[in-house]
Amino acid sequence: MTAPKVKRLASRMKKRHILAHILVYFILIGLSFVYLYPILYMVVNSLFSPADLTDPSVSWIPTEWYFQNYVEAFQTLDFTYSFTNSIILSLVPALLQTMVTAIVGFGLARFQFPCKKLLFIVILATFLLPSQVMMVPRYVLFDSYHLTNTVWVQFLPALFGQGVKSAIFILVFYQYFSSYPKALDEAAEIDGAGKVRLFLKIALPMASGAVVLSLLFSFVWYWNETYQSNIMFGSVIQTLPLRLQSFTLQYEAIYGADAAGSISESVVLAGTVLSVLPILLLYVLLQRQFVESIEQAGITGE
Amino acid sequence: MTKVLKGSRLRRRNAWIGLLFTSPWIVGFLVFTLLPLINGVLYSLNSVTIKPQGVELTWAGLKFYDHAMNVSTTYKLHLGSSAMMICCATPVVIVFSLVIAVLLNRKFAGRSFFRTVLFMPVIIMSGPVISSLLTGYTVDFTEDGSQIMQLLSSLPSFISSPCVFVLENLVLIFWFSGVQIVIFLAGLQKISPSIYEAADIDGASGWEKFWKITLPHIAPLALICTIYTVVDISNYSENAVNVDISENLFNTSMMYSLSAAMSWIYFAMVMLILAVVYFLFWLMGRRDKA
Repeated sequence: MTAPKVKRLASRMKKRHILAHILVYFILIGLSFVYLYPILYMVVNSLFSPADLTDPSVSWIPTEWYFQNYVEAFQTLDFTYSFTNSIILSLVPALLQTMVTAIVGFGLARFQFPCKKLLFIVILATFLLPSQVMMVPRYVLFDSYHLTNTVWVQFLPALFGQGVKSAIFILVFYQYFSSYPKALDEAAEIDGAGKVRLFLKIALPMASGAVVLSLLFSFVWYWNETYQSNIMFGSVIQTLPLRLQSFTLQYEAIYGADAAGSISESVVLAGTVLSVLPILLLYVLLQRQFVESIEQAGITGE
Repeated sequence: MTKVLKGSRLRRRNAWIGLLFTSPWIVGFLVFTLLPLINGVLYSLNSVTIKPQGVELTWAGLKFYDHAMNVSTTYKLHLGSSAMMICCATPVVIVFSLVIAVLLNRKFAGRSFFRTVLFMPVIIMSGPVISSLLTGYTVDFTEDGSQIMQLLSSLPSFISSPCVFVLENLVLIFWFSGVQIVIFLAGLQKISPSIYEAADIDGASGWEKFWKITLPHIAPLALICTIYTVVDISNYSENAVNVDISENLFNTSMMYSLSAAMSWIYFAMVMLILAVVYFLFWLMGRRDKA
Protein backbone atom coordinates (compact mmCIF):
# COMPACT_ATOMS: atom_id res chain seq x y z
CA MET A 1 0.00 0.00 0.00
CA THR A 2 1.20 3.48 -0.74
CA ALA A 3 1.60 6.05 1.96
CA PRO A 4 -1.36 8.32 1.06
CA LYS A 5 -3.62 5.31 0.79
CA VAL A 6 -2.74 4.20 4.30
CA LYS A 7 -3.30 7.73 5.57
CA ARG A 8 -6.71 7.89 3.93
CA LEU A 9 -7.69 4.53 5.38
CA ALA A 10 -6.49 5.60 8.81
CA SER A 11 -8.47 8.82 8.73
CA ARG A 12 -11.57 6.99 7.56
CA MET A 13 -11.22 4.54 10.41
CA LYS A 14 -10.75 7.38 12.85
CA LYS A 15 -13.91 9.07 11.63
CA ARG A 16 -15.85 5.84 12.04
CA HIS A 17 -14.37 5.45 15.48
CA ILE A 18 -15.57 8.87 16.57
CA LEU A 19 -19.03 8.22 15.19
CA ALA A 20 -19.22 4.92 17.06
CA HIS A 21 -18.14 6.70 20.24
CA ILE A 22 -20.85 9.31 19.88
CA LEU A 23 -23.44 6.59 19.32
CA VAL A 24 -22.29 4.70 22.42
CA TYR A 25 -22.49 7.83 24.56
CA PHE A 26 -25.90 8.61 23.15
CA ILE A 27 -27.26 5.18 24.10
CA LEU A 28 -25.62 5.14 27.51
CA ILE A 29 -26.78 8.62 28.45
CA GLY A 30 -30.30 7.76 27.33
CA LEU A 31 -30.35 4.60 29.40
CA SER A 32 -28.79 6.23 32.43
CA PHE A 33 -31.56 8.78 32.19
CA VAL A 34 -34.16 6.02 32.47
CA TYR A 35 -32.65 4.94 35.79
CA LEU A 36 -31.72 8.34 37.12
CA TYR A 37 -34.95 10.13 36.24
CA PRO A 38 -37.12 8.48 38.90
CA ILE A 39 -34.39 9.01 41.48
CA LEU A 40 -33.87 12.66 40.59
CA TYR A 41 -37.61 13.17 40.54
CA MET A 42 -37.86 11.57 43.95
CA VAL A 43 -35.10 13.64 45.52
CA VAL A 44 -36.28 16.95 44.07
CA ASN A 45 -39.96 16.43 44.75
CA SER A 46 -39.33 15.28 48.29
CA LEU A 47 -38.14 18.85 48.95
CA PHE A 48 -41.30 20.52 47.63
CA SER A 49 -43.42 22.40 50.11
CA PRO A 50 -47.20 21.86 49.80
CA ALA A 51 -47.44 25.22 48.04
CA ASP A 52 -44.81 24.24 45.48
CA LEU A 53 -46.58 20.96 44.79
CA THR A 54 -49.83 22.60 43.80
CA ASP A 55 -48.18 25.46 41.93
CA PRO A 56 -48.01 24.39 38.26
CA SER A 57 -45.25 26.91 37.53
CA VAL A 58 -42.89 25.10 39.88
CA SER A 59 -41.31 21.97 38.54
CA TRP A 60 -37.87 20.50 39.17
CA ILE A 61 -36.57 23.47 41.17
CA PRO A 62 -38.33 24.03 44.50
CA THR A 63 -38.76 27.65 45.62
CA GLU A 64 -37.36 26.81 49.05
CA TRP A 65 -35.66 23.87 50.73
CA TYR A 66 -38.57 22.37 52.56
CA PHE A 67 -37.27 19.80 55.03
CA GLN A 68 -40.52 19.38 56.93
CA ASN A 69 -41.31 16.43 54.62
CA TYR A 70 -38.23 14.65 55.89
CA VAL A 71 -39.13 15.32 59.49
CA GLU A 72 -42.55 13.78 58.94
CA ALA A 73 -41.16 10.89 56.90
CA PHE A 74 -38.49 10.25 59.53
CA GLN A 75 -41.15 9.92 62.20
CA THR A 76 -43.49 7.91 60.02
CA LEU A 77 -40.78 5.42 59.17
CA ASP A 78 -39.70 5.39 62.81
CA PHE A 79 -36.33 5.65 61.17
CA THR A 80 -33.80 4.84 63.89
CA TYR A 81 -35.80 1.80 64.99
CA SER A 82 -36.48 0.34 61.56
CA PHE A 83 -33.01 1.25 60.34
CA THR A 84 -31.45 -0.72 63.21
CA ASN A 85 -33.76 -3.64 62.40
CA SER A 86 -32.79 -3.51 58.77
CA ILE A 87 -29.11 -3.49 59.61
CA ILE A 88 -29.38 -6.43 62.01
CA LEU A 89 -31.62 -8.42 59.68
CA SER A 90 -29.27 -7.90 56.74
CA LEU A 91 -25.84 -8.01 58.33
CA VAL A 92 -26.22 -11.13 60.46
CA PRO A 93 -27.78 -13.30 57.73
CA ALA A 94 -25.16 -12.00 55.29
CA LEU A 95 -22.36 -13.09 57.63
CA LEU A 96 -23.96 -16.46 58.35
CA GLN A 97 -24.72 -17.08 54.70
CA THR A 98 -21.18 -16.23 53.62
CA MET A 99 -19.67 -18.47 56.27
CA VAL A 100 -21.83 -21.49 55.46
CA THR A 101 -21.75 -21.20 51.69
CA ALA A 102 -17.94 -20.94 51.86
CA ILE A 103 -17.72 -24.10 53.96
CA VAL A 104 -20.10 -26.01 51.70
CA GLY A 105 -18.41 -24.74 48.56
CA PHE A 106 -15.06 -25.90 49.97
CA GLY A 107 -16.45 -29.34 50.74
CA LEU A 108 -17.81 -29.68 47.22
CA ALA A 109 -14.71 -28.40 45.48
CA ARG A 110 -11.90 -30.16 47.35
CA PHE A 111 -13.31 -33.56 48.30
CA GLN A 112 -14.60 -36.57 46.45
CA PHE A 113 -17.51 -38.41 47.97
CA PRO A 114 -20.39 -40.55 46.74
CA CYS A 115 -23.45 -38.76 45.33
CA LYS A 116 -21.52 -35.50 45.05
CA LYS A 117 -22.89 -34.83 41.61
CA LEU A 118 -26.44 -35.41 42.79
CA LEU A 119 -25.87 -33.10 45.74
CA PHE A 120 -24.58 -30.43 43.39
CA ILE A 121 -27.62 -30.72 41.14
CA VAL A 122 -29.97 -30.52 44.12
CA ILE A 123 -28.18 -27.38 45.37
CA LEU A 124 -28.57 -25.70 42.00
CA ALA A 125 -32.18 -26.86 41.77
CA THR A 126 -33.06 -25.15 45.04
CA PHE A 127 -32.38 -21.85 43.30
CA LEU A 128 -35.43 -22.52 41.15
CA LEU A 129 -37.68 -23.03 44.16
CA PRO A 130 -39.56 -19.77 44.44
CA SER A 131 -40.06 -18.11 47.80
CA GLN A 132 -43.83 -18.18 47.47
CA VAL A 133 -43.88 -21.99 47.36
CA MET A 134 -41.70 -22.20 50.46
CA MET A 135 -43.47 -19.46 52.33
CA VAL A 136 -46.65 -21.22 53.50
CA PRO A 137 -45.04 -24.40 54.85
CA ARG A 138 -42.08 -22.51 56.29
CA TYR A 139 -44.47 -20.20 58.10
CA VAL A 140 -46.23 -23.21 59.61
CA LEU A 141 -42.88 -24.78 60.51
CA PHE A 142 -41.63 -21.67 62.29
CA ASP A 143 -45.01 -21.04 63.85
CA SER A 144 -45.10 -24.53 65.38
CA TYR A 145 -41.86 -23.72 67.19
CA HIS A 146 -43.10 -20.22 68.08
CA LEU A 147 -40.34 -18.65 66.05
CA THR A 148 -42.44 -16.37 63.88
CA ASN A 149 -42.03 -12.69 64.73
CA THR A 150 -38.47 -13.39 65.83
CA VAL A 151 -35.22 -12.80 63.99
CA TRP A 152 -34.60 -16.57 63.83
CA VAL A 153 -36.88 -16.76 60.82
CA GLN A 154 -34.12 -15.11 58.81
CA PHE A 155 -31.11 -16.34 60.77
CA LEU A 156 -31.77 -20.10 60.85
CA PRO A 157 -32.20 -20.73 57.11
CA ALA A 158 -29.15 -18.55 56.44
CA LEU A 159 -27.14 -20.53 58.99
CA PHE A 160 -27.98 -23.76 57.16
CA GLY A 161 -27.41 -22.52 53.65
CA GLN A 162 -31.08 -22.10 52.77
CA GLY A 163 -31.10 -18.31 52.78
CA VAL A 164 -31.79 -15.83 50.01
CA LYS A 165 -30.18 -17.15 46.81
CA SER A 166 -27.70 -19.31 48.77
CA ALA A 167 -27.19 -21.58 45.77
CA ILE A 168 -25.53 -18.77 43.83
CA PHE A 169 -22.97 -18.17 46.56
CA ILE A 170 -22.22 -21.89 46.92
CA LEU A 171 -21.60 -21.97 43.18
CA VAL A 172 -19.31 -18.93 43.33
CA PHE A 173 -17.30 -20.38 46.22
CA TYR A 174 -17.17 -23.74 44.48
CA GLN A 175 -15.64 -22.13 41.42
CA TYR A 176 -13.10 -20.21 43.46
CA PHE A 177 -12.06 -23.24 45.47
CA SER A 178 -11.75 -25.55 42.49
CA SER A 179 -9.51 -23.13 40.63
CA TYR A 180 -6.35 -23.37 42.75
CA PRO A 181 -3.91 -26.29 42.38
CA LYS A 182 -4.17 -29.38 44.56
CA ALA A 183 -0.43 -29.26 45.20
CA LEU A 184 -0.96 -26.36 47.60
CA ASP A 185 -3.23 -28.49 49.76
CA GLU A 186 -0.78 -31.36 49.68
CA ALA A 187 2.15 -29.14 50.64
CA ALA A 188 0.22 -27.80 53.61
CA GLU A 189 -0.82 -31.30 54.66
CA ILE A 190 2.76 -32.49 54.59
CA ASP A 191 3.51 -29.61 56.93
CA GLY A 192 0.88 -31.05 59.22
CA ALA A 193 -2.08 -28.76 58.58
CA GLY A 194 -5.53 -30.29 59.06
CA LYS A 195 -8.45 -29.73 56.73
CA VAL A 196 -9.89 -26.94 58.85
CA ARG A 197 -6.57 -25.10 58.93
CA LEU A 198 -6.30 -25.67 55.20
CA PHE A 199 -9.69 -24.07 54.69
CA LEU A 200 -9.01 -21.10 56.95
CA LYS A 201 -5.39 -20.38 56.05
CA ILE A 202 -5.14 -21.28 52.37
CA ALA A 203 -8.51 -21.61 50.69
CA LEU A 204 -10.34 -18.71 52.29
CA PRO A 205 -7.69 -16.02 51.71
CA MET A 206 -7.55 -17.10 48.09
CA ALA A 207 -11.28 -16.66 47.77
CA SER A 208 -11.37 -13.16 49.23
CA GLY A 209 -13.16 -11.94 46.11
CA ALA A 210 -15.91 -14.47 46.67
CA VAL A 211 -16.17 -13.47 50.32
CA VAL A 212 -16.63 -9.81 49.40
CA LEU A 213 -19.15 -10.70 46.71
CA SER A 214 -21.11 -12.95 49.01
CA LEU A 215 -21.14 -10.43 51.87
CA LEU A 216 -22.19 -7.48 49.74
CA PHE A 217 -24.85 -9.24 47.72
CA SER A 218 -26.27 -11.13 50.68
CA PHE A 219 -26.51 -7.87 52.57
CA VAL A 220 -28.29 -6.11 49.73
CA TRP A 221 -30.62 -8.99 48.97
CA TYR A 222 -31.55 -9.43 52.60
CA TRP A 223 -32.07 -5.69 52.92
CA ASN A 224 -34.48 -5.75 50.00
CA GLU A 225 -36.26 -8.94 51.01
CA THR A 226 -39.83 -8.08 51.87
CA TYR A 227 -41.99 -10.93 50.65
CA GLN A 228 -41.17 -13.51 53.31
CA SER A 229 -40.44 -11.09 56.11
CA ASN A 230 -43.74 -9.32 55.58
CA ILE A 231 -45.55 -12.52 56.55
CA MET A 232 -43.04 -13.95 59.01
CA PHE A 233 -42.64 -10.79 61.07
CA GLY A 234 -46.27 -9.67 60.92
CA SER A 235 -45.99 -6.15 62.23
CA VAL A 236 -43.73 -7.04 65.14
CA ILE A 237 -40.39 -6.46 63.44
CA GLN A 238 -40.34 -3.71 60.86
CA THR A 239 -37.50 -3.10 58.49
CA LEU A 240 -37.19 0.05 56.40
CA PRO A 241 -38.69 -1.41 53.20
CA LEU A 242 -41.54 -3.00 55.16
CA ARG A 243 -42.25 0.28 56.86
CA LEU A 244 -42.27 2.00 53.50
CA GLN A 245 -44.76 -0.56 52.22
CA SER A 246 -47.27 0.51 54.85
CA PHE A 247 -46.27 4.17 54.79
CA THR A 248 -49.75 5.69 54.43
CA LEU A 249 -51.12 3.51 57.21
CA GLN A 250 -48.29 4.49 59.56
CA TYR A 251 -48.79 8.13 58.66
CA GLU A 252 -52.43 7.84 59.59
CA ALA A 253 -51.51 6.34 62.95
CA ILE A 254 -49.30 9.32 63.75
CA TYR A 255 -51.00 12.28 62.16
CA GLY A 256 -54.61 11.12 62.12
CA ALA A 257 -56.98 10.08 59.34
CA ASP A 258 -57.59 13.62 58.10
CA ALA A 259 -53.94 14.31 57.48
CA ALA A 260 -53.43 10.88 55.92
CA GLY A 261 -56.30 11.47 53.50
CA SER A 262 -54.41 14.40 52.07
CA ILE A 263 -50.92 13.03 52.60
CA SER A 264 -48.59 15.00 50.44
CA GLU A 265 -46.79 13.15 47.70
CA SER A 266 -43.61 14.80 48.85
CA VAL A 267 -43.73 13.12 52.23
CA VAL A 268 -44.06 9.68 50.63
CA LEU A 269 -41.13 10.50 48.37
CA ALA A 270 -39.08 11.69 51.33
CA GLY A 271 -39.83 8.34 52.95
CA THR A 272 -38.66 6.54 49.83
CA VAL A 273 -35.45 8.58 49.79
CA LEU A 274 -34.81 7.72 53.43
CA SER A 275 -35.30 4.01 52.88
CA VAL A 276 -33.07 3.89 49.79
CA LEU A 277 -30.39 6.19 51.14
CA PRO A 278 -28.48 3.74 53.38
CA ILE A 279 -28.11 1.14 50.66
CA LEU A 280 -27.32 3.76 48.04
CA LEU A 281 -24.60 5.22 50.26
CA LEU A 282 -23.17 1.77 50.82
CA TYR A 283 -23.12 1.26 47.07
CA VAL A 284 -21.42 4.56 46.33
CA LEU A 285 -18.82 3.92 49.03
CA LEU A 286 -18.10 0.32 48.11
CA GLN A 287 -18.77 0.53 44.41
CA ARG A 288 -15.27 -0.49 43.46
CA GLN A 289 -15.47 -3.60 45.64
CA PHE A 290 -18.84 -4.44 44.14
CA VAL A 291 -17.61 -4.22 40.60
CA GLU A 292 -14.27 -5.92 41.22
CA SER A 293 -15.74 -8.80 43.16
CA ILE A 294 -18.12 -9.42 40.28
CA GLU A 295 -15.45 -9.22 37.64
CA GLN A 296 -13.27 -11.67 39.55
CA ALA A 297 -16.06 -14.06 40.31
CA GLY A 298 -16.24 -15.42 36.81
CA ILE A 299 -19.65 -17.00 36.83
CA THR A 300 -19.26 -19.27 33.84
CA GLY A 301 -21.70 -21.31 31.89
CA GLU A 302 -20.39 -24.79 32.67
CA MET B 1 -0.34 -53.87 49.01
CA THR B 2 -0.39 -51.95 52.26
CA LYS B 3 0.07 -48.75 50.36
CA VAL B 4 -3.05 -49.40 48.24
CA LEU B 5 -5.05 -50.09 51.36
CA LYS B 6 -3.75 -46.91 52.92
CA GLY B 7 -4.79 -45.00 49.78
CA SER B 8 -8.32 -46.31 49.90
CA ARG B 9 -8.60 -45.62 53.60
CA LEU B 10 -7.38 -42.09 53.03
CA ARG B 11 -9.96 -41.70 50.30
CA ARG B 12 -12.68 -42.88 52.61
CA ARG B 13 -11.52 -40.50 55.33
CA ASN B 14 -11.52 -37.63 52.86
CA ALA B 15 -14.99 -38.56 51.71
CA TRP B 16 -16.23 -38.31 55.28
CA ILE B 17 -14.55 -34.94 55.77
CA GLY B 18 -16.10 -33.72 52.53
CA LEU B 19 -19.51 -34.80 53.72
CA LEU B 20 -18.84 -33.07 57.02
CA PHE B 21 -18.12 -29.81 55.25
CA THR B 22 -21.30 -30.04 53.20
CA SER B 23 -23.41 -31.32 56.08
CA PRO B 24 -24.75 -27.90 57.18
CA TRP B 25 -26.36 -27.55 53.80
CA ILE B 26 -27.69 -31.10 53.79
CA VAL B 27 -29.26 -30.67 57.23
CA GLY B 28 -30.65 -27.28 56.24
CA PHE B 29 -32.03 -28.68 53.05
CA LEU B 30 -33.86 -31.48 54.86
CA VAL B 31 -35.29 -29.21 57.56
CA PHE B 32 -35.91 -25.90 55.81
CA THR B 33 -36.54 -26.99 52.23
CA LEU B 34 -37.49 -30.63 51.74
CA LEU B 35 -39.76 -30.93 54.78
CA PRO B 36 -41.61 -27.69 54.01
CA LEU B 37 -41.87 -28.77 50.39
CA ILE B 38 -43.59 -32.02 51.34
CA ASN B 39 -45.78 -30.19 53.84
CA GLY B 40 -46.61 -27.66 51.18
CA VAL B 41 -48.01 -30.40 48.96
CA LEU B 42 -49.97 -31.81 51.90
CA TYR B 43 -51.42 -28.42 52.86
CA SER B 44 -52.61 -27.87 49.33
CA LEU B 45 -54.44 -31.21 49.28
CA ASN B 46 -55.84 -31.11 52.82
CA SER B 47 -57.89 -28.74 54.91
CA VAL B 48 -55.76 -27.39 57.70
CA THR B 49 -57.12 -26.77 61.18
CA ILE B 50 -54.99 -25.45 63.98
CA LYS B 51 -55.26 -27.50 67.16
CA PRO B 52 -53.34 -26.93 70.39
CA GLN B 53 -51.28 -30.07 69.69
CA GLY B 54 -50.41 -28.88 66.17
CA VAL B 55 -51.94 -28.73 62.74
CA GLU B 56 -54.61 -31.24 61.76
CA LEU B 57 -55.13 -32.27 58.15
CA THR B 58 -58.32 -33.58 56.59
CA TRP B 59 -58.20 -34.83 53.04
CA ALA B 60 -59.75 -32.44 50.55
CA GLY B 61 -58.38 -33.64 47.23
CA LEU B 62 -58.07 -31.02 44.53
CA LYS B 63 -60.69 -28.75 46.11
CA PHE B 64 -58.30 -25.84 46.67
CA TYR B 65 -56.78 -26.07 43.22
CA ASP B 66 -60.30 -25.96 41.85
CA HIS B 67 -61.09 -22.99 44.06
CA ALA B 68 -58.01 -21.10 42.91
CA MET B 69 -58.68 -21.69 39.25
CA ASN B 70 -62.48 -21.60 39.05
CA VAL B 71 -63.91 -19.82 42.08
CA SER B 72 -61.37 -17.09 42.75
CA THR B 73 -62.19 -14.28 40.36
CA THR B 74 -58.82 -12.66 40.13
CA TYR B 75 -56.31 -15.48 40.43
CA LYS B 76 -56.55 -16.69 36.84
CA LEU B 77 -56.24 -13.13 35.53
CA HIS B 78 -53.18 -12.51 37.67
CA LEU B 79 -51.69 -15.79 36.52
CA GLY B 80 -52.13 -14.69 32.94
CA SER B 81 -50.57 -11.30 33.50
CA SER B 82 -47.63 -12.86 35.32
CA ALA B 83 -47.07 -15.27 32.44
CA MET B 84 -47.25 -12.33 30.07
CA MET B 85 -44.74 -10.42 32.18
CA ILE B 86 -42.30 -13.33 32.31
CA CYS B 87 -42.55 -14.21 28.63
CA CYS B 88 -42.39 -10.65 27.31
CA ALA B 89 -39.91 -9.18 29.75
CA THR B 90 -37.30 -11.95 29.70
CA PRO B 91 -36.19 -11.56 26.07
CA VAL B 92 -36.11 -7.78 26.51
CA VAL B 93 -34.01 -8.09 29.66
CA ILE B 94 -31.56 -10.49 27.99
CA VAL B 95 -31.06 -8.40 24.86
CA PHE B 96 -30.93 -5.17 26.84
CA SER B 97 -28.39 -6.41 29.35
CA LEU B 98 -26.26 -7.96 26.62
CA VAL B 99 -26.15 -4.66 24.74
CA ILE B 100 -25.30 -2.75 27.91
CA ALA B 101 -22.60 -5.25 28.82
CA VAL B 102 -21.02 -4.99 25.36
CA LEU B 103 -21.09 -1.21 25.55
CA LEU B 104 -19.65 -1.14 29.05
CA ASN B 105 -16.91 -3.54 28.04
CA ARG B 106 -15.33 -0.88 25.80
CA LYS B 107 -12.80 1.58 27.08
CA PHE B 108 -14.03 5.17 27.12
CA ALA B 109 -14.06 8.21 29.35
CA GLY B 110 -16.78 8.09 31.97
CA ARG B 111 -17.03 4.32 31.88
CA SER B 112 -17.05 3.98 35.65
CA PHE B 113 -19.84 6.53 35.98
CA PHE B 114 -22.08 4.66 33.58
CA ARG B 115 -21.18 1.39 35.22
CA THR B 116 -22.23 2.77 38.60
CA VAL B 117 -25.54 3.98 37.23
CA LEU B 118 -26.36 0.87 35.25
CA PHE B 119 -25.53 -1.53 38.08
CA MET B 120 -27.89 0.37 40.35
CA PRO B 121 -30.84 -1.99 39.84
CA VAL B 122 -28.81 -4.69 41.60
CA ILE B 123 -28.88 -2.52 44.70
CA ILE B 124 -32.34 -1.01 44.71
CA MET B 125 -34.37 -3.92 43.35
CA SER B 126 -36.79 -4.07 46.22
CA GLY B 127 -40.53 -4.32 45.70
CA PRO B 128 -41.83 -1.43 47.81
CA VAL B 129 -39.11 0.98 46.68
CA ILE B 130 -39.55 0.21 42.99
CA SER B 131 -43.30 0.43 43.16
CA SER B 132 -43.13 3.80 44.88
CA LEU B 133 -40.41 4.95 42.47
CA LEU B 134 -42.28 3.95 39.37
CA THR B 135 -45.85 4.98 40.10
CA GLY B 136 -46.42 7.82 37.73
CA TYR B 137 -42.91 9.23 37.59
CA THR B 138 -41.70 7.35 34.55
CA VAL B 139 -41.40 8.04 30.89
CA ASP B 140 -44.63 7.09 29.17
CA PHE B 141 -44.17 5.40 25.82
CA THR B 142 -47.79 4.45 25.29
CA GLU B 143 -49.60 7.74 24.93
CA ASP B 144 -52.62 7.41 22.69
CA GLY B 145 -52.00 8.64 19.20
CA SER B 146 -48.22 8.48 19.38
CA GLN B 147 -46.43 7.18 16.32
CA ILE B 148 -45.53 3.88 17.93
CA MET B 149 -49.04 3.21 19.11
CA GLN B 150 -50.48 3.98 15.70
CA LEU B 151 -48.06 1.60 14.08
CA LEU B 152 -48.80 -1.11 16.64
CA SER B 153 -52.56 -0.81 16.41
CA SER B 154 -52.37 -1.54 12.72
CA LEU B 155 -50.74 -4.90 13.47
CA PRO B 156 -52.63 -8.08 14.42
CA SER B 157 -53.23 -8.31 18.15
CA PHE B 158 -50.98 -11.31 18.81
CA ILE B 159 -48.05 -9.14 17.73
CA SER B 160 -49.19 -5.81 19.05
CA SER B 161 -50.36 -6.80 22.51
CA PRO B 162 -46.97 -8.10 23.70
CA CYS B 163 -45.36 -4.99 22.23
CA VAL B 164 -47.75 -2.68 24.01
CA PHE B 165 -47.22 -4.65 27.20
CA VAL B 166 -43.47 -4.30 26.94
CA LEU B 167 -43.73 -0.58 26.25
CA GLU B 168 -46.07 -0.06 29.17
CA ASN B 169 -43.72 -1.84 31.52
CA LEU B 170 -40.44 -0.93 29.88
CA VAL B 171 -38.98 0.95 32.80
CA LEU B 172 -39.91 -1.79 35.25
CA ILE B 173 -38.36 -4.33 32.89
CA PHE B 174 -35.15 -2.31 32.78
CA TRP B 175 -34.99 -2.46 36.56
CA PHE B 176 -34.87 -6.24 36.37
CA SER B 177 -31.63 -6.30 34.41
CA GLY B 178 -28.96 -5.51 36.98
CA VAL B 179 -27.49 -8.90 37.75
CA GLN B 180 -27.71 -9.98 34.12
CA ILE B 181 -25.57 -7.05 32.98
CA VAL B 182 -23.07 -8.05 35.63
CA ILE B 183 -22.99 -11.70 34.53
CA PHE B 184 -22.59 -10.80 30.86
CA LEU B 185 -19.88 -8.26 31.60
CA ALA B 186 -17.92 -10.79 33.66
CA GLY B 187 -18.22 -13.22 30.75
CA LEU B 188 -17.09 -10.67 28.19
CA GLN B 189 -13.98 -9.90 30.15
CA LYS B 190 -13.00 -13.55 30.07
CA ILE B 191 -12.73 -13.57 26.26
CA SER B 192 -9.07 -13.37 25.39
CA PRO B 193 -8.18 -10.14 23.53
CA SER B 194 -5.89 -12.12 21.22
CA ILE B 195 -8.91 -13.62 19.48
CA TYR B 196 -10.09 -10.14 18.61
CA GLU B 197 -6.62 -9.15 17.49
CA ALA B 198 -6.47 -12.14 15.18
CA ALA B 199 -9.86 -11.18 13.76
CA ASP B 200 -8.64 -7.60 13.27
CA ILE B 201 -5.68 -8.83 11.25
CA ASP B 202 -8.03 -10.87 9.09
CA GLY B 203 -9.99 -7.68 8.50
CA ALA B 204 -13.18 -8.55 10.41
CA SER B 205 -15.62 -5.70 11.05
CA GLY B 206 -16.99 -4.95 14.49
CA TRP B 207 -20.32 -6.39 13.48
CA GLU B 208 -18.73 -9.66 12.34
CA LYS B 209 -16.64 -9.84 15.49
CA PHE B 210 -19.77 -9.51 17.61
CA TRP B 211 -21.61 -12.34 15.86
CA LYS B 212 -18.66 -14.65 15.30
CA ILE B 213 -16.65 -14.19 18.50
CA THR B 214 -18.54 -12.42 21.25
CA LEU B 215 -21.89 -14.14 20.92
CA PRO B 216 -20.66 -17.76 20.76
CA HIS B 217 -18.47 -17.10 23.78
CA ILE B 218 -21.22 -15.83 26.01
CA ALA B 219 -24.05 -18.00 24.68
CA PRO B 220 -23.81 -20.35 27.68
CA LEU B 221 -24.22 -17.33 29.96
CA ALA B 222 -27.38 -16.37 28.12
CA LEU B 223 -29.04 -19.54 29.37
CA ILE B 224 -28.00 -18.75 32.95
CA CYS B 225 -29.24 -15.20 32.61
CA THR B 226 -32.53 -16.33 31.14
CA ILE B 227 -33.15 -18.76 33.99
CA TYR B 228 -32.16 -16.09 36.50
CA THR B 229 -34.49 -13.56 34.89
CA VAL B 230 -37.47 -15.90 34.83
CA VAL B 231 -36.94 -16.83 38.48
CA ASP B 232 -36.34 -13.22 39.50
CA ILE B 233 -39.42 -11.83 37.77
CA SER B 234 -41.63 -14.61 39.05
CA ASN B 235 -40.43 -13.95 42.61
CA TYR B 236 -40.98 -10.19 42.43
CA SER B 237 -42.83 -9.33 45.61
CA GLU B 238 -45.28 -6.88 44.02
CA ASN B 239 -46.28 -9.46 41.43
CA ALA B 240 -50.08 -9.91 41.51
CA VAL B 241 -49.92 -13.67 41.99
CA ASN B 242 -47.47 -13.34 44.86
CA VAL B 243 -49.74 -10.79 46.50
CA ASP B 244 -52.66 -13.22 46.06
CA ILE B 245 -50.68 -15.97 47.73
CA SER B 246 -49.67 -13.92 50.74
CA GLU B 247 -53.12 -12.38 51.14
CA ASN B 248 -54.84 -15.76 51.22
CA LEU B 249 -52.46 -17.25 53.76
CA PHE B 250 -54.77 -16.54 56.68
CA ASN B 251 -57.97 -16.92 54.72
CA THR B 252 -60.17 -18.17 57.56
CA SER B 253 -62.11 -20.85 55.71
CA MET B 254 -59.12 -22.16 53.79
CA MET B 255 -56.20 -21.53 56.15
CA TYR B 256 -52.87 -22.08 54.39
CA SER B 257 -54.40 -24.48 51.87
CA LEU B 258 -55.57 -22.01 49.26
CA SER B 259 -52.25 -20.20 49.34
CA ALA B 260 -50.36 -23.46 49.02
CA ALA B 261 -52.50 -24.56 46.08
CA MET B 262 -52.05 -21.18 44.41
CA SER B 263 -48.31 -21.30 44.89
CA TRP B 264 -48.08 -24.78 43.36
CA ILE B 265 -50.10 -23.76 40.32
CA TYR B 266 -47.86 -20.75 39.87
CA PHE B 267 -44.75 -22.86 40.41
CA ALA B 268 -45.92 -25.34 37.76
CA MET B 269 -46.44 -22.49 35.33
CA VAL B 270 -42.98 -21.03 35.95
CA MET B 271 -41.38 -24.47 35.60
CA LEU B 272 -43.22 -24.94 32.31
CA ILE B 273 -41.82 -21.65 31.04
CA LEU B 274 -38.33 -22.69 32.17
CA ALA B 275 -38.71 -26.02 30.37
CA VAL B 276 -39.64 -24.17 27.17
CA VAL B 277 -36.64 -21.86 27.63
CA TYR B 278 -34.34 -24.82 28.10
CA PHE B 279 -35.80 -26.55 25.04
CA LEU B 280 -35.30 -23.43 22.91
CA PHE B 281 -31.66 -23.12 23.98
CA TRP B 282 -31.16 -26.83 23.31
CA LEU B 283 -32.60 -26.39 19.82
CA MET B 284 -30.35 -23.41 19.14
CA GLY B 285 -27.30 -25.30 20.42
CA ARG B 286 -28.08 -28.24 18.14
CA ARG B 287 -28.55 -26.01 15.13
CA ASP B 288 -25.21 -24.34 15.77
CA LYS B 289 -23.45 -27.68 15.94
CA ALA B 290 -25.03 -28.97 12.74
